[in-house]
This record gives sequence, C-alpha cells and structure tokens, in this order.
Amino acid sequence: MAARTLYDKLWDDHVVRDAGDGTALLYIDRHLLHEVTSPQAFEGLRMAGRSPWRLDANLAVADHNVPTLGLEHGITDPVSRVQVETLDQNCADFGIEEFRMGDPRQGIVHVIGPEQGATLPGMTVVCGDSHTSTHGAFGALAYGIGTSEVEHVLATQCLQQKKARNLLIQVDGVLAAGVSAKDLALAVIAKIGTAGGTGCAIEFGGEAVRGLSMEGRMTLCNMAIEAGARVGLVAVDDVTLGYLAGRPFSPVGEQWDRAVTAWSELHSDPEAQFDRVVKLDGGAVAPQVSWGTSPELVVAVTDRVPDPAAEPDPSRSEAMQRALDYMGLKAGTPIVEIAPDIVFIGSCTNSRIEDLRAAAEIVRGRQVAPGIKQALVVPGSGLIKRQAESEGLDRLFMDAGFEWRSPGCSMCLAMNEDPLEPGQRCASTSNRNFEGRQGVGGRTHLVSPAMAAAAAIAGHFVDSREF
Amino acid sequence: MEAFTEFESVVVPLDRVNVDTDAIIPKQFLKSIKRSGFGKNLFDEWRYLDIGEPDQACSGRPLNRDFVLNQPRYQGAGILLARDNFGCGSSREHAVWALADYGIRVVIAPSFADIFFNNCFKNGVLPIMLAGALVDELFIEVNGTPGYGLKVDLRARQILGPGGRIIPFDVDDHNRHRLLHGLDDIALTLEHAEEIRAYEAQRRDRAPWLFRGVN
Ligand code: SF4
Repeated sequence: MAARTLYDKLWDDHVVRDAGDGTALLYIDRHLLHEVTSPQAFEGLRMAGRSPWRLDANLAVADHNVPTLGLEHGITDPVSRVQVETLDQNCADFGIEEFRMGDPRQGIVHVIGPEQGATLPGMTVVCGDSHTSTHGAFGALAYGIGTSEVEHVLATQCLQQKKARNLLIQVDGVLAAGVSAKDLALAVIAKIGTAGGTGCAIEFGGEAVRGLSMEGRMTLCNMAIEAGARVGLVAVDDVTLGYLAGRPFSPVGEQWDRAVTAWSELHSDPEAQFDRVVKLDGGAVAPQVSWGTSPELVVAVTDRVPDPAAEPDPSRSEAMQRALDYMGLKAGTPIVEIAPDIVFIGSCTNSRIEDLRAAAEIVRGRQVAPGIKQALVVPGSGLIKRQAESEGLDRLFMDAGFEWRSPGCSMCLAMNEDPLEPGQRCASTSNRNFEGRQGVGGRTHLVSPAMAAAAAIAGHFVDSREF
Repeated sequence: MEAFTEFESVVVPLDRVNVDTDAIIPKQFLKSIKRSGFGKNLFDEWRYLDIGEPDQACSGRPLNRDFVLNQPRYQGAGILLARDNFGCGSSREHAVWALADYGIRVVIAPSFADIFFNNCFKNGVLPIMLAGALVDELFIEVNGTPGYGLKVDLRARQILGPGGRIIPFDVDDHNRHRLLHGLDDIALTLEHAEEIRAYEAQRRDRAPWLFRGVN
C-alpha cells in the first residue's frame, strides 16, 4: 500500500461508505457531549421520533455553565441552570452516561475524555465544541462539530465528511527550560496565522513534539483550531501508552495487548507525502504573549507591541489598529511593561496537573503583586483538583494569594459567574483572546501557565525563563 | 431544512478580517436551549451600545449607529459580504442560527473557518468563497452604490450583479444537492443503515475495546 500519513490511516479506517464525490460517511467511535451545544440536538431527535444509535459511544458532562464557587448552592443563574438541567434530563431520558455536577469525575469535556481513557488512539472522537482537536494528541481523529452534526451522530453514529489536506508542522530541537507547549502553540499560530491550517489536518511532529508529555501534546492539539485546523494530531508512542495504561475506560489484559499492537501503526509512514510542511526550530521559541484580539496577534515576551503602520496590508493594518484600541495598548510598548488586573489559570488548554505544577513552582513562597485584583486557579476536573490537593499545590496557590476553585470552563468564556469587567486586562492560560470572549469589554492576553503565574507575582509580564 | 435555489437581496458589507463566532453571537446567548430567536442578538456587542442579556427585548436598546447593520441603506439585507477567515473560533451553530434568523441567506468571503462553513449548509445558508481581488471589488461597488443588490443562483452556480455582471462560484455537488432540495441529512444517512451496521460489526471484531462492557 502507498505510504500514508497518520490522518490518511485514521480516515481510511473509518470510512463506512465513500460517496465518490469527495465526501465519505465516517464512523464515529466516541461522542462527547456538553450542555451548550446539545439541547437542540436532543430536541431534534425527539421531534423526529429517533433514538440514539449506540449509547455506549456517548459520554456527557456539564462544564461551560458550571459555577466554580459555592457548588453546594447549585447554579444560581436560572438560564444557566436550565441548560445544565436540560443535559441531565436528556441523558437520563436517553440513557447516556453523564458525569454530573458534584461527581469528582466532572470537569471540562476535553480534560475528562483523556483522563478517563474515553479518548483512545485510533478512535474518531467528536464533540459539539471546536477544541475537540485536543484529543488528537492521542493519535485519534478528533474534531469539533456543530449542533446539527451532534444530532446526526446521535442518530446514525456517523458523519458525512470531506477529507482535509495534510499539513505537517515539524518542530525540531528542544524547547528551552521555562518554555512550554502553550508557547509552542502560540508560536505556530504566529507563524502560519489563524487561517493557516484551514482545510487541513495538522500533524505535529519532530523532536520537540516527541519530547512533550501528553499534557503538553493536548495543549498543542487543543490550539490547532486557533490555527484554523479542525484536526490536530500527534503520533502514538510510549508516552501515549504510559498515560493511558490503567485509566477507567482503557482496555486491560489481553485487550490492552491487542490494542497496543493495533496502535503501533498510528504514525505517518516515513515516505508519506504531506500537502504542506512547515518547520520550526523549537530551541528558538520564546515565551509568548498575545497583544491583540486574535490568537495570531502574538509576540515573544521580549518583544514590543507591534506598530500597525509597519503592516503593508491595509486590511491587516486596520485590524491591528482596532485590536490595539480595544486592548488599550500603544504600539511600541515593551510587553514586559503591560500589567494585568486579573490572572486566570485554567481552561481546556492549560488546566491539567502538569500546568498547575508549572504554575505552582513559580508562585511557591511568593506573593501575588498588589496591583493584581484577582488571581484564579480553576483545575480542569475534579480528579485533577484532588490530585493537586494531594500534592499540596492548592496551599502553594492560596498562600500566594490565588483563589482555588472548582472545575469548569470558568473565565475561559465566562458563561458562569466568572467574567472580566469591561476594560479589565487578564493574563489568561485559555485559548481565545477575541473581543468580549472573557466578558464584555474584557482584554485577554494568552500566555502559558508559567507566564501567567509569573505575571501574577511580578504584577506585569515577565520572562518565565528567567523567573 | 428550507431549500435554497435562488436568492436576491441587498448586500451588507462587513469590512473586518477574522470575524469570530464570539462576535457573531456572544456567549450569554448560547444559554438558550432553543434553535430560534438569535437574530436580534446577531453581532450584539457591535450592534448595541449597552450590554445585552439573554431573553431581553432588543427594540428599546441603544443602537450603535456606526455599525453597518444599523445603517438605513442596509436594512433588510440578506447577503453579507465579509473578509478572510469569517466565522473562526468556536463550533457554535448558534452563529449560523443568528445569521439565518436575522435574514442572512448568503455570506460571501475570500475564506471561511471550516466548522462555520459546514454549519451554514445545515441551516440553509450558502457560504460563497470568491477570490480576494473579486471580494475587494465587491466591497468598492457595495460601498459606492446605495441599494446595491445581488442575485444568487445556486442551480447555475452564479451570482448576478448590476449591469448584467455574472460571477461564477464553486460549491461542491454534495452540499449543493442537499441545499437545492432542502434534504434532511439524517434521513439520507439512515438510507445506509445496513452499511453502518456492517461496518460496526467488523469494527467490534477488530477493536472490541472501543465498545464498553468488553473488559
Ligand atoms: S475551557 Fe474554554 S475553550 Fe475549552 S471547552 Fe470550555 S469554554 Fe471551550
């Protein structure tokens, strides 16, 4: 057989029916659901008198609207409450497994899938959420879908898909100490732009990617969507297997052995042809800070806020100026002179145990600067929260002046009670810095957990390599 | 789904790159469990001067008169002319529901984000990709011509402009067919239920660990 990329293999393996017009019907192994994009899908099923095709492929969790404080009082916002209750009801009615609020396994959908071993190599994984690309870190074909497709998967266990092109992002070299997968993700977006991966499945390869933990690989694949690609992928290796062994949904015994044999194929063949290859020197990546309202508007912490006047493309120049106005920044300002009001460590990009450890290491024995109005840590799941507490990370954070919250999406998009106020500036480990994303008028700077923690201590951005 | 064959309307220009789905429909409106009623909150933060809340009547809210959608010459527009990477960001189909509910049936741009592009076809909205230079031209014409309208003919894959101008566009056969006939995707897929079952059976043999209850 001709040499194939990892994406080609995953695709071929899931074709139920090739329509012959460039699209295929793909089988879906895992469907993750959350409360925001599923109610209309369940309603659609009911209206058409249909039932789910295969219950055990589905796993549901509430995350976006979940409060991170005072869980015992439930959700106070009635509109948010109805949405979560609707998910509970739908899952109960149709017989879909759900981790409800209060269950220690509850958390952000893209954190709990891998944590449970519900995301496995070789799977197709979909969810009504664009950051489903996260799960590609396991060598799974994972992508976000809209609500109509959620309904379609529920009813048919399949999706009609058009095959994407293959893009390899090869990161050679070794990341410097204090530089993380988040910095790499932002550096990739800075290089190829937020539309750079449109129509593509991105495979991340090279020494620097192989050197990442599963947490780091998830961070990288998580932000593939910010580079325009629905799919991010990393080949399966021992790091993948080490992470998955013993997880609740992972196979055991003879099944595990069979699975490991099957998974050993999940890499691109050496001679596989990619439609495009982009190379980066991992050793040259510096900690990144976004300064604008699109993830591609990002520079190294050692840089200054760019000047729109220096941008030749008028449409881009105008967008840069609009971003500066919105962000309340002046061209030429050194990044290290920007002082956030709020620090947020959390989201499906950076709320895993390794992220919390990296941030905790920085705050250990130090104090949040007086200028910081609020510093939040929101673990990605109840199990991560427990793990962190067993390591004493919660004390490190709280002693330094951080708030230690319960799991959920929280300030990443602020559908719960954790929004920014208009004009507030946030150092955030989340993935989107769009206007209003973290609250109407809120200003987001995307950074790594170490960079966010360091900014909280210093009161302004500082280079995490030197902190 | 409502079928789409031809559509003629005034064009409204939105001259920004990277318009994201958070801008198209801000998060607070995603709390709705319905599919309808999002049109009044389309581009909420750009359209109104106050902060919008879900379930709020919008008729009395202060309008941002500078925003194109609020300008008298673009009232009733059903074709949106946009820039690169339109619809980037989240997978929220609410963005398309908001556009459709407002009355937008066609979006023309040099490029679209993948998930948004896909979501459009599920809701009877036609996204049309045209070359950047052509979109530049259209922006100039729309801005310079009050009441500028276009007619989109999906059957012929053509946009008809003033003065007999014809702009051909590409749309893949699969999506075109579904849109022209307003087909129900799920019903179409279920026609292949036997094939899905057969696939599932061999998958269960090859990878039983993907099916719960095997451990
Ligand atoms: S953490 Fe943020 S990006 Fe991730 S699923 Fe939640 S809202 Fe979406």
